[in-house]
Amino acid sequence: MAVINLDHISANPLLPEVKEVMIDAIQRDYHNPSSQHKAGEQAMELIERARQTVARLLKAKEPKEIVFTSNGTESINHAIKGAALANKDKGNHIVTSNIEHNAVIRSLKRLSSQGFKVTSLPVDASGRVDPKEVEKAITDQTILVSIMHSNNETGTIQPIEEIGKITRERKVLFHTDAVDSAGIVPLDVQQLGVDLLSFASNPMYGPRGVGGLYIRKGTKIFPLLDGGVQENNKRAGTENIIGILGFEKAAELAMQHMDERLRHLSGLKDLLVRELPNYIDEYIINTNLEHSLPYLLNISLQYIEGESVMLMLSEEDLAVSTKSACATGSLRASHVLLSLGLSHADAQGTLVVSVGLENTEDDIYRFLESLKNIVDTLRAMSPLYKKPQEASS
Amino acid sequence: MYNEVVMDHFKSPRNVGEIPDADGIGEVGNPLCGDMMTIYLKVKDDRIEDIKFKTFGCGSAIAVSSMMTEMAKGKSLEEAKQLSNKDVADALQGLPKNKMHCSNLGADALHMAIQDYEDKKANVTRAGPPRQEKHEHAKNEQCYCPYCDVELSQDAPSFCEACQRELSEEH
Repeated sequence: MAVINLDHISANPLLPEVKEVMIDAIQRDYHNPSSQHKAGEQAMELIERARQTVARLLKAKEPKEIVFTSNGTESINHAIKGAALANKDKGNHIVTSNIEHNAVIRSLKRLSSQGFKVTSLPVDASGRVDPKEVEKAITDQTILVSIMHSNNETGTIQPIEEIGKITRERKVLFHTDAVDSAGIVPLDVQQLGVDLLSFASNPMYGPRGVGGLYIRKGTKIFPLLDGGVQENNKRAGTENIIGILGFEKAAELAMQHMDERLRHLSGLKDLLVRELPNYIDEYIINTNLEHSLPYLLNISLQYIEGESVMLMLSEEDLAVSTKSACATGSLRASHVLLSLGLSHADAQGTLVVSVGLENTEDDIYRFLESLKNIVDTLRAMSPLYKKPQEASS
Repeated sequence: MYNEVVMDHFKSPRNVGEIPDADGIGEVGNPLCGDMMTIYLKVKDDRIEDIKFKTFGCGSAIAVSSMMTEMAKGKSLEEAKQLSNKDVADALQGLPKNKMHCSNLGADALHMAIQDYEDKKANVTRAGPPRQEKHEHAKNEQCYCPYCDVELSQDAPSFCEACQRELSEEH
């Protein structure tokens, strides 16, 4: 039986049209875009066309504001370290949130060890940062604010537009990690008021190994990789043309089909939210249902542990992801879930269900049926679970 | 991620449940560490006649509980006391390195349950079943970080260099 993928936050399959473009690109053996002969120029034209397509997706004013990178992590490292180091003369303070991805957290940790000061803001119980707190945290030393667009564990979307207004007024650079949002929900860098926006290809069903960074014209930022003059001198290294062309196709399809995809994905997520209480009890939804990605739902199943649930679902050919401490290398509870005020025990029982374009309503029902039995089995095994008293009839 | 023996014990755990009139009960772990295990014993003629477990934890914690109960069943109390966490992990043909921490619970819970039985027999009264939250080691045993399972330095056993974590527990 084929595995039902409900773990699109970890990986998306390539769309057939994307595959086709990439296979074609492999067969054409494109030359190095930096070479100045015809073969090189032809490759360069394709890269520039891809840059225009991606710029349209994000409503960037100029294609030059888009830099292709190797993934979202590189984009984030580039945005944060590049902006901090280039603006060191103006100040050393950076504002962020407690629920960022490790690429942000660890980039900032690295900068802290080099003399930068970081203020990390809490989120409320619904998982959102209060823009007023951002405003309060900004000092005359602040050079950068980095707050994610959507959270990779809960799917909760942050009030980026409101924060963007504050950073513009205070003349502080604003970076947002939009890796899990771009190509799925409409993004407009003008409206969001961001100077830097990290994104990647795979979350919009393009190839892995390609990402991008939007850098608003006029933003002072150092490259992360020094070397040649590729990517308008912002990212050295020979371009991954096969990946970039695949990315372009994915971005083009994302623009064409965004509305219908949103309807499909949020339809499946809504179905899951609606049907859950008919299958299981005693769970917590950690996703802010009002402001969240259409494809992701984070659920804590009480009294049981997430890795066990994930493994049992896997035995039934269902793929989901878990944020239980046991499933991570560090054996520590997720910082995102603890930031929401969840207890360690509840955080342990956390599943991340992320639907994708190929999923159907039947997949959701298959998942719910399996989940119900697994939850029953594991609760019967759990010393934390006390059966509800049988109602005396 | 897990080998076949571990997966077998995880998928079809042996001896799950409670013994209502248990002769000895042992509880170890806490949700902070990720795992909790309760062991119930029925003892007859100084032998483990029946043993059951309840576990909150990951795949390896469940497999460890299951394997440990299989190994302990039928053993004399003296034999069962000799059963070590390493014996259980070895019987499972190994656990992933970052999961060795889970295997520390199995034999510990068994030993606590035996202690509970012996205390009851000797009329030592306690408020509840024996509980162990501390991460303790036998003498001369190498100490590992309970969070990331990296060997701790003998000189600074209350700090894990690998995960940069202060270990407040007794080591």
